[in-house]
Amino acid sequence: MSSSADSAPMHLRATQSGAVGPVVTRPVMRVEGVDVYYGDFRAVTDVNLEFGLNEITALIGPSGCGKSTLLRSLNRMNDLIDGARVEGEILFHGENIYGKGVDPIEVRRRIGMVFQKPNPFPKSIYDNIAYGPRVTGMRVDSMDDLVEESLTRAALWDEVKDKLKQSALGLSGGQQQRLCIARAISVRPDVILMDEPCASLDPIATMRIEDLMQELREQYTIVIVTHNMQQAARVADRTAFFTAQVSEGTGARTGVLVEYGTTAQIFEDPQDQRTEDYISGRFG
Amino acid sequence: MLADTTAPGTEASTTASTGGPTTSSGRPPRSLFAGRPRPGEAVIRLVLRLAAGVAIVTTIGILIALLIPAIGFFREVPVVDFLFGDRWAPRFADASFGVIPLVTATAWTTAIALLVAVPLGLGAAILLSEYARPGLRKVLKPILEVLAGVPTVVYGFFALQFIQATVFREWLQLDTGAFSVLAAGLVMGIMIIPTIASISEDAMSAVPMSLRQGSAALGANRMQTSLRVVFPAALSGVMAAVVLGISRAVGETMIVAIAAGNQARIVTGPLEQGQTMTGFIASAALGDSRVGSLEYDTLYAVGLLLFAITLLVNFISIRLVRRFRQAY
Ligand SMILES: Nc1ncnc2c1ncn2[C@@H]1O[C@H](COP(=O)(O)OP(=O)(O)OP(=O)(O)O)[C@@H](O)[C@H]1O
Ligand SMILES: [Mg+2]
Repeated sequence: MSSSADSAPMHLRATQSGAVGPVVTRPVMRVEGVDVYYGDFRAVTDVNLEFGLNEITALIGPSGCGKSTLLRSLNRMNDLIDGARVEGEILFHGENIYGKGVDPIEVRRRIGMVFQKPNPFPKSIYDNIAYGPRVTGMRVDSMDDLVEESLTRAALWDEVKDKLKQSALGLSGGQQQRLCIARAISVRPDVILMDEPCASLDPIATMRIEDLMQELREQYTIVIVTHNMQQAARVADRTAFFTAQVSEGTGARTGVLVEYGTTAQIFEDPQDQRTEDYISGRFG
Repeated sequence: MLADTTAPGTEASTTASTGGPTTSSGRPPRSLFAGRPRPGEAVIRLVLRLAAGVAIVTTIGILIALLIPAIGFFREVPVVDFLFGDRWAPRFADASFGVIPLVTATAWTTAIALLVAVPLGLGAAILLSEYARPGLRKVLKPILEVLAGVPTVVYGFFALQFIQATVFREWLQLDTGAFSVLAAGLVMGIMIIPTIASISEDAMSAVPMSLRQGSAALGANRMQTSLRVVFPAALSGVMAAVVLGISRAVGETMIVAIAAGNQARIVTGPLEQGQTMTGFIASAALGDSRVGSLEYDTLYAVGLLLFAITLLVNFISIRLVRRFRQAY
């Protein structure tokens, strides 16, 4: 395993790399004063965040605090949910993705997503990868090369190169998830969003995905939701901690961003009591 | 057999997990193989078996009822003459039993009906399952259900009086008689739309949301997601819908009896009239042919052919579905 972070204090890697300072120097996405609603219910309020190039940002927090909700609003996947609505601005290279005239299809092509449960299409392994480039009309010199490249980058090529024509559903859960990652990078996005990508995987498959994320980090901006604090500490350069705030009047639970900083700072020197309670396991 | 080989191991694990010869509630452990009596289940099983039995017995009964008179028929008319003869005149003095004219009429009406029903039915299904907001669904679904509930005799007169007489002859001034396979086929297609739409809509709605999300997350639009992910994933259900549509078209009687025509001649164009297999059975059954006469047995020969065609369609479709299935 390339990651030795299991035993060593996990944040060390972040400091060693030297790339991560207290401020995001090359922001790719910026979340400004974002509230997300489901109908009248405000699920998340007043989130301000930045995601930098070649950085992995982890979103952590107790169940129901709106991590998935926020993640889905980063590539307009919540457009598919009736009644979901975003207020505030989410800037991608300085452009509001909810602005007038913005094509959500193009947003999703540039900002890819990997889901909690592997969701390969019931098609061949090859067609799973080729699907994105085909539907987005990407100009591709050789689809075979693109498929190979995507699978190689997702560390799956060696395992599947002899059965590209077989159904993707014949793969193991971990392989399916790597296929989904390969599928996500096949359309060459700038940002990859991952919602608990290892939640349904065993420790070995999880490690492979984590290694993979480290490699992908060289080229992409990655945002990952995880419940696994060790995982956040192992892979993330920055960490954002959310929690659910209960309103006194109505009793409604709304997700708020409590604290955001480098992973080292969040795990070693949390500024907020709630963060400290959560990461030390006293809460959540 | 199975019980003998596995029993010792299972017993061991039962005692191990409960930590002794008694369970936590203090009662002695019950052997895993001593079936607890479940009287309700036995009754349900019996009822289900009876239900399945009725279906099987009925099918066999129909087959026998068809076969016996049909065998009588084929004793007098060679099978080859029946299947490949091109003149159908069972009641004439120089009787002839070539079934091809009836088959051509059935083929025309069925093909026309499918040309109408498959695209519209699948379109409605995609609209309902992939596009319609709850409001539109609330309007569309009842319309389809009403369409499905219209008695076929009403459809028949609609085809005869409105489509054929008014639209084709009066408005469009088409060169056609009182009947046509086109009018019957079109209206039959409308009749079949709800069948195809509702079964394929069920199949498409059953495709997991996660596949649609995966497709959308790659930058596919709704149409691409519907046609390239949802539709293929639902293909076996869609095929089942189309096959049921074909069966209904081949077997539909009232509309063709009223609007397609009543002369058994080979049909070469959609504006011609023609008697279908079912149309012949309906008209002959209404007539006064004597039980056991050749004319009477003719009915059963045609019925048997109809049965065989439906069976063949089902068989082919099962093969096709197995081949192109995308299980999820
Ligand atoms: N499609 C939806 N419609 C309405 N409310 C929703 C929807 N999805 C989520 N919510 C609500 O929004 C809040 C945040 O949910 P979300 O799934 O974002 O939490 P989460 O932090 O991802 O939780 P978990 O860690 O359990 O995945 C919850 O109160 C949830 O009930
Ligand atoms: Mg979630």
